[in-house]
Amino acid sequence: MKHANRVDVLVIGGGNAALCAALMAREAGASVLLLEAAPRAWRGGNSQHTRNLRCMHDAPQDVLIDAYPEEEYWQDLLKVTGGITNEELARLTIRASSTCRDWMRSHGVHFQPPLSGALHVARTNAFFMGGGKALVNAYFRSAEKLGVQVRYETPVVSVEMDGERFIAVHTAAGERITAKSCVLAAGGFESNLDWLRQAWGQNERGEWPADNFLIRGTRFNLGVLLKHMIAAGADTIGDPTQAHMVAIDARAPLYDGGICTRIDCVSLGVVVNREGVRFYDEGEDFWPKRYAIWGRLVAQQPGQVGYSIIDQKAIGRFMPPVFAGTKADTLDELARKLGLPEAAFVKTVQDYNAACQSGTFDHTALDDCATAGLLPAKTHWARPIDHAPFYGYALKPGITFTYLGLKVNAQAAVHFAGRPSPNLFVAGEMMAGNVLGKGYTAGVGMSIGTAFGRIAGTQAAIAARRIDHASA
Amino acid sequence: MQALEALGREAAALANGGRPVMAILSANEAEVGRQMQICNACRYCEGFCAVFPAMTRRLEFGKADVHYLANLCHNCGACLHACQYAPPHEFAVNVPQAMAKLRLDTYTDYAWPSALGRLYQRNGLTLSLASAFALVLFLLLALLARGTLFPGPLQGNFYAVFGHNLLGLMFGAVFGMAVLALAIGLARFWRGVSPATAAQDAPTPGLYRAASTEAVSDVLSLKYLGGGHGQGCNNADDAFTLWRRRFHHFTFYGFGLCFAATGLATLYHYLLDRHAPYALDSLPVLLGTAGGIGLLIGPVGLLWLNLQRDPAHGDVAQRPMDRGFIALLLLVSLSGLALLLWRDSGAMALLLALHLGVVMALFLTMPYGKFAHGIFRAAALLKNGIEKRQPNTLALPGD
Repeated sequence: MKHANRVDVLVIGGGNAALCAALMAREAGASVLLLEAAPRAWRGGNSQHTRNLRCMHDAPQDVLIDAYPEEEYWQDLLKVTGGITNEELARLTIRASSTCRDWMRSHGVHFQPPLSGALHVARTNAFFMGGGKALVNAYFRSAEKLGVQVRYETPVVSVEMDGERFIAVHTAAGERITAKSCVLAAGGFESNLDWLRQAWGQNERGEWPADNFLIRGTRFNLGVLLKHMIAAGADTIGDPTQAHMVAIDARAPLYDGGICTRIDCVSLGVVVNREGVRFYDEGEDFWPKRYAIWGRLVAQQPGQVGYSIIDQKAIGRFMPPVFAGTKADTLDELARKLGLPEAAFVKTVQDYNAACQSGTFDHTALDDCATAGLLPAKTHWARPIDHAPFYGYALKPGITFTYLGLKVNAQAAVHFAGRPSPNLFVAGEMMAGNVLGKGYTAGVGMSIGTAFGRIAGTQAAIAARRIDHASA
Repeated sequence: MQALEALGREAAALANGGRPVMAILSANEAEVGRQMQICNACRYCEGFCAVFPAMTRRLEFGKADVHYLANLCHNCGACLHACQYAPPHEFAVNVPQAMAKLRLDTYTDYAWPSALGRLYQRNGLTLSLASAFALVLFLLLALLARGTLFPGPLQGNFYAVFGHNLLGLMFGAVFGMAVLALAIGLARFWRGVSPATAAQDAPTPGLYRAASTEAVSDVLSLKYLGGGHGQGCNNADDAFTLWRRRFHHFTFYGFGLCFAATGLATLYHYLLDRHAPYALDSLPVLLGTAGGIGLLIGPVGLLWLNLQRDPAHGDVAQRPMDRGFIALLLLVSLSGLALLLWRDSGAMALLLALHLGVVMALFLTMPYGKFAHGIFRAAALLKNGIEKRQPNTLALPGD
């Protein structure tokens, strides 16, 4: 069989990890073809919604202040994942994050100091000027300039293997594309509503929780390839219900709501469920350290809905939400407007107000405003909700990306029954679960995608060369 | 919806005995407000320009706010290409376009006299009528003065065609009117955007000085066509280019040098009693030549870029105004340089009539065309310089 037009490296996906892989493989001298499922206007997967990269550094570095040493980064990861991580791969990701930015800059990515409202990550996270879509644009420009071939609207549905050896992919249009090696970086399955429904199943109330999820990112991460690889016997990692999940505005669009649909006033008020009852300590810790748990908390409530309630005192003290809140002059009226049981809701707020101990409110510190004798307690920033007008925001779980993925080693190789493939690699959300078994901390998804995208690209180029040598 | 809410707020404020909080918004104003609400919850574009940091100082976007922000926007395009909510996203965020549409409304609404504001809306017609009128005027004047358009070589003596005092009177009057109209328009704009900072204490003289210095530097360097990272703004696509800034510099400084040449010649005439024609190595001719060349390169470059411009940038309906102004500037420099080249030939009278005609057309339309963007933007930059030095009333926990 002739392979006159066969490329060395095939990259499946068009987000950060895929682009990093394509660029590294091309820089290593390989010919590269990148297949993006989305049309050009929607290219970039979830990367178009990202904004920063969590970076290890031992001393101040351009936009990063102070230091964020490897050990501290690792401890942070250990904490958020509850230990469900792989230390070798996590440390590899962490170390890579300390050296990748010059390379990113060489491909047109610009960094900037943290955005307003995000100074709390000035030490740990380097922000992309213009956000992730600007990064994706820069990578695509650089890739095209270097001669990477890019094809949009080319979803891949299956991978043809010979044992552990990659042979070809088959596109949705029925085309068979061969290559010497391949990088899978096609994202998780978060936009596949049926799969989410099946993974989350039915709860004790008979509800299908996933039916009420919103997808914060791209509509193109259907997990077709992930499902195919699992069926083909690739080793997996992670739990299909684990994901980066945030409580977002219930009015957000089903897909691509992105960052602006977040509701950042949770810690300034109370959150009640459909029954008008509180269910978790809203003031447990700073919101940036807690936002990633509220998606699951809301997902466990009846109807998968929560209501963040604040009063006038909170206005101007949190990032402005994209949609105006429901506003009322009395608590009864607010309950009516939000469709909450009036008596129960008013009682919840009154009990909470009565339990608030006087302290010195300071939303920039873990202050001493806490409740006493209330269950669940609110341990910080607890101030009575008594200053009209009152505002309410309905919350729904917003899923960013899923953690079920393919098991890898430090070379990003896909494994079959414990044996690494010589020429099939995986990066990004499709393998993030190796490092991130659960939980989330800002910017770590991009750290994993960048580290493993670059490794996968390099390894794919090496694998392609090895095949050249073998056949020479 | 937003208009309705604004109406409600206004009614509530009146009922409380207060001043109206917010006037009813036009469709273009409401659209900028809608988009700013989305941007304010995202903020990814903060590093590109001054618009987004100014936006973060606000939670609501009333008339004054959106008028200010629209004129602060340089239409560089960076935020459009970087936007996760740009079309085809259902949020349909296109800040440069929304701002451009509203900017034209602000030029129109703040123009003086008000009735002439509508000239902005039909700017192609305005420019062509003004040019035709001014050209015919000078050709007729030349005919009247000499009985022919080809009176033979006049040793470069322009005043043998048109008397100096006649020219001084005509251009003085038209230029004076243009300056007056622009100044009144500017004052109206400043008043219009002032409520946006009404809550603040009056700026101190020191603050004004610092803000003015910064605004002047922003204008002279076109800082906000730099993209925030210094690699320039967008034109045809998501790639950055510095050529928009460079060609604008050629245009701006070319215009400035031409203006300086004319001003200096006027001083020579009245103060030093030195009369045109000036020698080729005299200061007015040197300044005018350098300016003319700048005003040739700049507009040609801007026109070339404009023709390749991504149609999603700004408001395509305003392209006749943009290109008409560029063409007029180009005609000014071309006719001026031609006049210099052939001032000793028999074509001088005709070339002079043409040059004076297009310069007159430029001055006539100055307060009612693209020229005004520089005035409004400079004012917005000054406001930005003042505002950013004042304490921010919003406090976010992360900061």
